[in-house]
Amino acid sequence: MIRLLLTITAGILLGAIVHLVSVLALPRIASQDAYSRLTPATKLNAVTVLPAAEPSYTLIPFLDPAFAVAVCRYDLSGGPIKLTVPVSQAYTSVSFYTRNEVAYYAINDRSAGKKVIELDLMTEAQHDELPEDEEITAADRLIIDSPTPTGLIVMKALAPEPGLMTQAQASLAASSCKVQTDQPAKQAEAPRTRR
Amino acid sequence: MRLIFITLLALLVAAVVGLGATWMTATRGTDLGTLTIGAWTARPKTGTADVDPYSRATITRNGELPVGTGDGVAFTATTDDRKKPLDGRCDVVVSGVTPAARFWTLTLYDRQGHLVANSLQRYGFTSQEIVRSADGSFEVRIASRSRSGNWLPTGGIERYALMLRLYDTPVGVATRTQRDAPMPAIATMGCP
Repeated sequence: MIRLLLTITAGILLGAIVHLVSVLALPRIASQDAYSRLTPATKLNAVTVLPAAEPSYTLIPFLDPAFAVAVCRYDLSGGPIKLTVPVSQAYTSVSFYTRNEVAYYAINDRSAGKKVIELDLMTEAQHDELPEDEEITAADRLIIDSPTPTGLIVMKALAPEPGLMTQAQASLAASSCKVQTDQPAKQAEAPRTRR
Repeated sequence: MRLIFITLLALLVAAVVGLGATWMTATRGTDLGTLTIGAWTARPKTGTADVDPYSRATITRNGELPVGTGDGVAFTATTDDRKKPLDGRCDVVVSGVTPAARFWTLTLYDRQGHLVANSLQRYGFTSQEIVRSADGSFEVRIASRSRSGNWLPTGGIERYALMLRLYDTPVGVATRTQRDAPMPAIATMGCP
């Protein structure tokens, strides 16, 4: 009897460890996370405007139907990414997610303070290798460090009334997200790229 | 023989307890870092880099994209103020005011996070399209059949969830009480 109780106690203790390990491992092993779901429907290092949210659209749950949504699935191994998003009439925001959907940065049109949200996205290594003088000349540039080399940029434009949805989608379609090629920084980070 | 049996039993208990607890927390969520105001709960930290492991597991499992903190905050309600689950066959009234925000949206989802089909193609309200009374408060009537004023159709589904998202708002990680963030009341008025 005592032995049975001991066995069950040991099982529960072991179970606690299994629980902790599986919770921590779940983000890495989940195959149906937002990034994987969006992979077939989006282009790499380019902007894809998602279809307007409606009941038949079940790819990403809990999307706000009042927003036009565009996604840029990025891979920084080819160099930093330059993102420009024109501000729509009502409200525009840009959120950054790591490969495992950690929302590490988000900005809206008011905090950007301009008619166009302009950002440079790079890994920490690429940021470190930026030449000093460039950092100074680019003082007005907003530089974001991505914790992972791949991830998602989600751009959203509010349509305050359903009739304004096309307009919001058009404003997002005018945004761009591409690898910077004409940068001296590109050569500087080249030796570090893995082959 | 007996040793093998005992080891197997211990491992079986471990697997059931461990994976069961993980499944429970990933599907139902935990109270870690939640902000509860009336029937509404939010997890402001899910929009930051220091999101807790349980929320991360839930987010990746469901394929969600949480609202980032620099963007806004999302409040969810699955019950009314009296803890009665929201029923699409009943008349539910969401009334009052919302915390300070540049925009807000109120959306109705089924429990899987999908929009509910209806003939009006209305899935929610934005702060701009809602009809308010003279004092600035509003009243949204959520019912399966048409109602006057701000009617949000349920499509007659049994269980649903409401999401109130505030965009460009001071509400967030530092918010604690109703006084910082006056959330609208949710009341079930009557069921057929």
